Amino acid sequence: MAHEETVYDALGLAHGGEGQWAFGTGFDDPLAGVDTTVPEGVDHADLGAYCLMLGDDALVLAQRLTEWITAAPELEEEVALANIALDLLGQARLLLARAAAAGVLGRSRAHASPSIPDEDALAYFRDADEFRCTALVAAPNGDFGQTMVRLLAATTARLAVLDRLRASRDPVLAAVAAKGVHELTYHRDHAARWVLRLGDGTAESHRRTQAGADAVWPLLADVFSPTGVERRLAAAGVAVDPGDVRAEVTDVLARVLERATLRVPPEPAEAPPSGRAGRHGPELAELLARLQGLARQHPTATW
Amino acid sequence: MPAPALDSPTDATVADERRLQELFDATIAAEHRIEPRDWMPEGYRRTLIRQIAQHAHSEIIGMQPEGDWLLAAPSLRRKAILLAKVQDEAGHGMYLYSAAETLGADRADLTDKLIEGRQKYSSIFNYPTLTFADVGVIGWLVDGAAICNQVPLCRSSYGPYARAMIRVCKEESFHQRQGYELLMTMMRGSDEQRAMVQDAVDRWWWPSLMMFGPPDTDSPNSAQSTAWGIKRHSNDELRQRFVDMTVPQAEFLGVTLPDPDLALDAATGRHRFGPLDWDELKRVISGQGPRNAERIARRRAARDDNAWVTEAATAYAAKRTGHV
Repeated sequence: MAHEETVYDALGLAHGGEGQWAFGTGFDDPLAGVDTTVPEGVDHADLGAYCLMLGDDALVLAQRLTEWITAAPELEEEVALANIALDLLGQARLLLARAAAAGVLGRSRAHASPSIPDEDALAYFRDADEFRCTALVAAPNGDFGQTMVRLLAATTARLAVLDRLRASRDPVLAAVAAKGVHELTYHRDHAARWVLRLGDGTAESHRRTQAGADAVWPLLADVFSPTGVERRLAAAGVAVDPGDVRAEVTDVLARVLERATLRVPPEPAEAPPSGRAGRHGPELAELLARLQGLARQHPTATW
Repeated sequence: MPAPALDSPTDATVADERRLQELFDATIAAEHRIEPRDWMPEGYRRTLIRQIAQHAHSEIIGMQPEGDWLLAAPSLRRKAILLAKVQDEAGHGMYLYSAAETLGADRADLTDKLIEGRQKYSSIFNYPTLTFADVGVIGWLVDGAAICNQVPLCRSSYGPYARAMIRVCKEESFHQRQGYELLMTMMRGSDEQRAMVQDAVDRWWWPSLMMFGPPDTDSPNSAQSTAWGIKRHSNDELRQRFVDMTVPQAEFLGVTLPDPDLALDAATGRHRFGPLDWDELKRVISGQGPRNAERIARRRAARDDNAWVTEAATAYAAKRTGHV
């Protein structure tokens, strides 16, 4: 029947080939054609530790966003949050694999059987004190307003770092950053639009989002305090010193909050790195218990 | 523009209506599509809204049983696959609510009806997901049954529904293969993993067969829906097709389907299977399944706890367009 074919033709146009029916298929491999050997003169332990920092931030934030699935305000937001979480999860997988390739596996390999891939050994078989994420991403979600303020802060900081990392001497970090910049530009935009709506929406949304900003701002201290690893690798042209993006990030955040009619909370005082040094509050251990529980019950299983 | 006055039917309007009905009947008979602006009988519109809304609700409630494993998926690859799948289900819900809106329904109103128990969703989602093998079995059996039900709907007489179903079916079929691949991986794994798969199959097999609805002898709306081109095959026919499709897949996987009566009828080439527990289906549909209350409570919480977000977005949009 003629109209039958028309309907299926339309679908072919929308989807192209057989292999591209859903998210996660038919995408370009961001590392295709990239030389994955660690460049000469780069300290393997430092490179691995740095990849864990960026990878853990992405993994933990993805897990936090995933907590919203089936609980989001609108179906459109379910889709958007899942999308952002998927992007971050993708970044985390590449970065954890890079850490492992640089030889940094911590104690994970003592617990995970050889059949478990490196990315999973690192994600599922490290304890909280071996995670290198900042307090900004580890903190609980709070309400939707606080979640969006945190997402804005975390993606603005990450975008500023990845933007510079595109010029990293490590070709893998440069490739991950080149892909991530496009993703984070969308994530930041999504969060900023919500902060504008909520800050300048109703009295209640303004009050809640201001409270969210007040709760999130002190966590920024942990984002900008450089560790020795970051300083050394930044000097070697491999990493970004987070102190160098502080002015840019706080400027962007202040402009969004002001547009949203929100008061910009005071900048937190500088403090020594906490999350990057493996010092976390109980909230990270709780998050990891959920993330890791099943994998650890079956340490020799493959899935 | 003022609404047209409601006159008592004159000879002229009766004649108009008859002509419109004839045009509608001819469109259905020619297997062409009815489109949103076309005239349609009220019963057709009501039936479609009910069916499409129930389908949309099923997609959204169906996010929950698998969503329970999103945070605990045992590898990052499985987490990404599951997250993408649950995201697809939200997308399916959105297409379907949009299709219902072309008939004059309103998404927020349909959601309220779901939460208040005035509209149903597929009874299958009232069963719990006890282990990670359930994620694979839902993909294989539940999505497999959904595909059997839904592929014929790609030829539904209502255009927006038919077009939505094409995309939905393509994605469901992808999910089904992903679910089956997870089960294959688990069956190649440890004894414990194989036992998890068999246990999940035991729990989901019969509820999956019930997804096709009551037997044809007890399916009151079927005849009219078939005449309208909304329904294409009978419940029992689709159920049989699903069994025939699934038996060889179970053999290849290495699991036993929990039905001692299941046997190939050499004469017909089709499988005979044991009787279904229709009382169980009635109980679960009427709200007494293991997870009914929890599913609705979570949907209600998503609406109520975030009502302030929707109000804020509405207020912000009004300020931007000057309609304070």
